[in-house]
Amino acid sequence: MTYLQLQGIHKSFGAFTALDNIDLSIERGEFVCFLGPSGCGKTTLLRIVAGLETQTSGRIVQAGRDISVLPPAQRDYGIMFQSYALFPNLTVAQNVGYGLVNRREGKTQITTRVDELLALVGLPGSGGKYPAQMSGGQQQRIALARALATSPGLLLLDEPLSALDATVRVHLRNEIRALQRQLGVTTIMVTHDQEEALSVADRIVVMNHGVIEQVGTPMQVYREPASHFVANFVGKVNRLKAVAEGGHWFRCGDKRLQCAAGGDSDFRPGREVSLYLRPEDRVVGQLHDDDPMRCAGTVRHIEFLGGNCLAEVDVDGMPGQPLQLQYSLNQMDEFGVHEGAAVQFSLRADRLRVFPAAAA
Amino acid sequence: MNAAVVAVRPPPLKQRVPLPDRIAHAGLLAVVLLLVVGLLAPLAVILSKAFDAPEGAAATGIGAFAAYLASPSLLQSLWHSVWVSLAVTAIVVPLAFAFAYALTRSCMPFKGLLRTVMLLPLLAPSLLSAISIIYWFGNQGLAKEFWTGLGFSGIYGAPGIVLAECFATFPHVLMILVTALALADARLYEAAQALGTGTLRKFLTITLPGARYGLISAALVCFTLVITDFGIPKVVGGNFNVLATDVFKLVIGQQDFQRGAVVALLLLLPAVVTFGIDWLVQRRQTATLTARAVALVPRPSRGFDAAMTLYCLCIVGLVLAMFGMAVFASFAKLWPYNLTPSFNHYVSGLVDAELGDAMLNSLKLAACTAVFGTVVVFVGAYLLEKTRGFDALRPVVRLLAMLPMAVPGLVLGLGYIFFFNAPANPLNGLYQTLPLLVLCTVVHFYTTGHLTVVTALKSIDAEFEAVSASLKVPFYKTFWRVTLPICLPVLLDVSRYFFINAMTTISAVVFLYSPDTKLASVAILNLDEAGDTGPAAAMAVLIAGTSGVVTLLYLAAGRLVERRTQAWRAPAR
Repeated sequence: MTYLQLQGIHKSFGAFTALDNIDLSIERGEFVCFLGPSGCGKTTLLRIVAGLETQTSGRIVQAGRDISVLPPAQRDYGIMFQSYALFPNLTVAQNVGYGLVNRREGKTQITTRVDELLALVGLPGSGGKYPAQMSGGQQQRIALARALATSPGLLLLDEPLSALDATVRVHLRNEIRALQRQLGVTTIMVTHDQEEALSVADRIVVMNHGVIEQVGTPMQVYREPASHFVANFVGKVNRLKAVAEGGHWFRCGDKRLQCAAGGDSDFRPGREVSLYLRPEDRVVGQLHDDDPMRCAGTVRHIEFLGGNCLAEVDVDGMPGQPLQLQYSLNQMDEFGVHEGAAVQFSLRADRLRVFPAAAA
Repeated sequence: MNAAVVAVRPPPLKQRVPLPDRIAHAGLLAVVLLLVVGLLAPLAVILSKAFDAPEGAAATGIGAFAAYLASPSLLQSLWHSVWVSLAVTAIVVPLAFAFAYALTRSCMPFKGLLRTVMLLPLLAPSLLSAISIIYWFGNQGLAKEFWTGLGFSGIYGAPGIVLAECFATFPHVLMILVTALALADARLYEAAQALGTGTLRKFLTITLPGARYGLISAALVCFTLVITDFGIPKVVGGNFNVLATDVFKLVIGQQDFQRGAVVALLLLLPAVVTFGIDWLVQRRQTATLTARAVALVPRPSRGFDAAMTLYCLCIVGLVLAMFGMAVFASFAKLWPYNLTPSFNHYVSGLVDAELGDAMLNSLKLAACTAVFGTVVVFVGAYLLEKTRGFDALRPVVRLLAMLPMAVPGLVLGLGYIFFFNAPANPLNGLYQTLPLLVLCTVVHFYTTGHLTVVTALKSIDAEFEAVSASLKVPFYKTFWRVTLPICLPVLLDVSRYFFINAMTTISAVVFLYSPDTKLASVAILNLDEAGDTGPAAAMAVLIAGTSGVVTLLYLAAGRLVERRTQAWRAPAR
């Protein structure tokens, strides 16, 4: 059931178009991430949903109510900013209860609710402290508790984790996800961190230059990127220049590669295309001699990433188009991968994505 | 039809404006109205007066304006004003630069004390220095022979003005230069050190360029302060005419409002130019120092530190001699014959002359200005920076808030006469009343207070209002519960600034008082004119003393506020 609907949202600042014709529907209880590079319009879109900016044109419907021109105070959401925006001169309990006091609820009711929220975010008993006495991660939890205090129907998170250390960040994003599941509150999170988006979102909205490039589950966005931009922005990818030969066959250098049938990979023969392949989409053991995707090459350089390595390989028959292939540390030993080594592998035809080259 | 082909673009959507936002807009409009009535309208009237056709003459307004401008007496005053201002600037800026350099770049001892002493003259009206140098070098001065020995014929005239202005402007220039020199990136000096750069070259290639905007700004401020100052030339100028005293003579003495307006416009000119250049310079200044800069910490160097200490002690000695002479003379029984201490000037010169009321009026004015000025400035700046909507009006408010800095007090006061004394003006009843004096003083010192508050507000998280709105809390509750408590220390500073300036100001209010609303600072001028230099000195010392005591009270209040409401700032974890 659609909870939030954006129709034809357009936003321009003078001559600059920040958002162009955005259509999006979000289900009740869904966790959606707006993902994109800085300046892509994702924060502007969030602020429009919050009523902190007003769209130049377009309509927003939340829970059946048209909120397009309502001021923030008349909309129903809780928001959490990157800066936390905690009131420094109020205690933690006063911060969390800030929106409750205004509802003229009883003192005991407020106290109970604040305690409940603090327990919910894992900080019971810290109500008497000031925000400056807490760590960054703790402050972020308090901001979350404050945003949830009035039980809003929609939770908006504006880059909530980017000011935190890497380990705290991973920990906290899992907690936010668990809490969101537990409460079932519809949530939109803005982020430029693709890993964060992939790990927590039900659906990801990939944005660039004020337009939506793709909307899909994390798996869809990663496995089946809808455009050049998405393929490049989410995850690592190899791009190969090739020419279509028809029947899902493509010529890349001296090699002929075949994509899996189906989808939109059938191009008119002679058309220049780009083939996209992730570093892990290769087979290294059990190679068949008759496999058309089979390749041989020489390792030029190895980038060590911890549990995995990226090997840059010059492929025989594909001059000037080195491939980055991913090997686990164990596979490195097993197949004798080191700089200068000859390696054999085969590309996974079912993973190859094809886009027309012109737009690249 | 052609019109059907043209794509019709609907107007941009507008959000509904809820009641709290409407209240904010009304508040903003009120601030605009205050600045229009208290600043823009009086200035506009001066402009129109300057171009008025003189009564009964055939000449057009512009013709009359040109004729006034070309009159020899005016040209002479103009020339006097300009060269005196240039001379003071040329003397004060290098001296203050060296002092500021010592304060910021040396390891000299007692920096805080030396700095405080240098800022002492700010507590008194600027013409205190003029009275003091009369006691030092005047006809009955203690060191008259020394002065004539230097080749000057007497203290009255240009030499006296230059000397007194040097003392009066020094603290202002010093503050600007200290700020400019305090901002230094240690990494630049370390890089220069690593490249084997000599001390002089470091000074010429890093220090001076780094402080050049501060230097420009200091020179402009100094020039403007001198050319628009009126108290000092009045006291020590003798027959040496400058523009500022001309305005006073034309308007108060000869009731020649049109010529007064022309001269006022001339005074407005350098101030506006200064303001414009300063504004451009300030905008560039922000870009020169990045957030990554490492603060420069001076290293001890025995010879250099000793030289700097010696230099600063000399300057401080001069300032103390100036300041101390006024105090000393105010207590002397009969200058210069009987120098035994007595309260004669205070008792018979002030109390018996019924000038106690003037002091009371000054205190009332200062207190009202401190309260209302702070409220208006803070509410205005808050509404400007932290509320939404009314986007077209905001740049206008910003400009109006900056404008008072460019308007000399003398010009402002003159504008007030023209505007509020006009019988057709419904606000005419305010003329010569305390409320008008308060309005004038608030507007006169608006910009500094405004900038201080804006800086404080900008350092507060910009999303507080957004968070409040999402929690359905109207902005004024957040203002009361969060923004105001956070800003309280800054408000005290602004309030003190208003108080001290209201106590010591002369230039604008000299046109606006009546016998009932006579002020202490203006009384100095009148006493001096009547030849009662002793009581004049006593009054100046009294004002300085009051300002000093009030400053101490503010500091104590600041401590209290800090302890009561700022506990969250540095709490133990």
